[in-house]
Amino acid sequence: MAKLVSLADGVAELVRDGDTVALEGFTHLIPFAAGHEIIRQERRDLTLVRMTPDVVYDQLIGAGCARRLVFSWGGNPGVGSLHRFRDAVQNSWPVPLELEEHSHAGMANRYVAGASGLPFAVLRGYTGTDLPRHTTNIRSIDCPFTGETLTAVPALNPDVTVVHAQRADRAGNVQMWGITGVQKEAVLAARRSLVTVEEIVDELTPVPGQVVLPGWAVTAVAHVPGGAHPSYAQGYSVRDNAFYVAWDEISRDRDTFQQWIERHVRKAEAKA
Amino acid sequence: MSQYTADEMMTVAAARQLRDGTACFVGIGLPSTAANLARATHAPELVLIYESGCLGAKPDRLPLSIGDGVLADTADAVIPVPEVFNYWLQPGRIDVGFLGAAQLDRYGNINTTVIGGDYTDPKVRLPGAGGAPEIAASCGEVVVIVRQSRRTFTERVDFVTSVGYGAGPGDRARLGLRGGGPRTVITDLGILEADPDSCELTLTRLHPGVTVERAREATGWPLAVAQDLSTVEPPTAEELAVLRALEATMRAAA
Repeated sequence: MAKLVSLADGVAELVRDGDTVALEGFTHLIPFAAGHEIIRQERRDLTLVRMTPDVVYDQLIGAGCARRLVFSWGGNPGVGSLHRFRDAVQNSWPVPLELEEHSHAGMANRYVAGASGLPFAVLRGYTGTDLPRHTTNIRSIDCPFTGETLTAVPALNPDVTVVHAQRADRAGNVQMWGITGVQKEAVLAARRSLVTVEEIVDELTPVPGQVVLPGWAVTAVAHVPGGAHPSYAQGYSVRDNAFYVAWDEISRDRDTFQQWIERHVRKAEAKA
Repeated sequence: MSQYTADEMMTVAAARQLRDGTACFVGIGLPSTAANLARATHAPELVLIYESGCLGAKPDRLPLSIGDGVLADTADAVIPVPEVFNYWLQPGRIDVGFLGAAQLDRYGNINTTVIGGDYTDPKVRLPGAGGAPEIAASCGEVVVIVRQSRRTFTERVDFVTSVGYGAGPGDRARLGLRGGGPRTVITDLGILEADPDSCELTLTRLHPGVTVERAREATGWPLAVAQDLSTVEPPTAEELAVLRALEATMRAAA
């Protein structure tokens, strides 16, 4: 059964220096508050994993938490580029960032293999692109039945996966709906998991299209209302698009970025 | 005739490319605008698929991101992301993939990864592949929508993120890519189509008022021009009105 914890305790206990950490979400239910807590607790040398590293990864990278990024698309969704990510790759600021780069299909299948207890996944992908020349984790494999050559990518098993969901009950059963991306696979693939939720309820009322993660498959749940801001939680909040647009300006300059992190993250209280 | 911008002409031309009743894999930005314009005009049964897992999305405003709630609210089905790629894209169920590009070569190979320098020390780091490599591989055909300039239309792309026709005829079959590849490239100057024999992108249509000379100047390789080069019909009043109304919805939501 998942433990109910505060965000600060959850991060302190579950996210450690040097860990491979996935904060997943596909522009919906992005665990921003948890990312900020990781910055506040000054985690270092993390391997950050995510299909779509966006603004919260830009913040983690700019704050110096990451040594390595495993990803398939890094951008400010609907706005443009991530300037902290670019600065880290192009100028090693504040620390060098090693990349392991994939396609979405490859990353999604890596999580599926991880959740399935398999060492690798098979797909039709990457063929003819330059990605396999730079990412050694993309190999080819012959089908034992047809002889056809396909692509293999290794399972992803994060030390810890962090996601945000709409709600949980007191036993730590987690319910999410709307666009749920690859979060179920990312949680099941991980050794430990932390789920932040908008609301803790006595009973989970069924919702169409829901994904339920049983409490016994989750390590800890923290009540963090608004924990997805500036992204949104369907049924609870809408995307703060102005922030995504503003981030382009804030993150362009190292000093402005550092002042923002200092004021809005380092010196701010955890939401719960 | 009403006044319109080159971007509006490009978006309208791209929308016209989408046939009613087909299934279209849509990225955010110009492809999403064009696909929604098509759905609001000549292709009401166009099936829009967003890689966030929204199948058959019918947004009444332009989404702000591929994970906008309006897509989930209006979709026939919202599915997990691994299913998007494994059950829908990979087996060839999607007719048209709609892609953008930071660089494009004459065979429609696309770069959205790095520009200049080398991979580990690039001049410009771009967002990367996302869903594009497998969209380019597996959709029935690919439509690219991109503004035309020498910076973008390059002799060689610095990084092959998504394969078009590789180094030329026969390469897609050799690589085992099952989709048809980039048949059409829509730009702010006109329309290029892959030559059925050489696979080379060939200028087949110009937007009104654009000259071949200007298209050549905006292309980083000796541009092939079709003998029966024609002119694209300018946007109709209806197309422009619907497009502008759609774009206004995005400004309102933002």
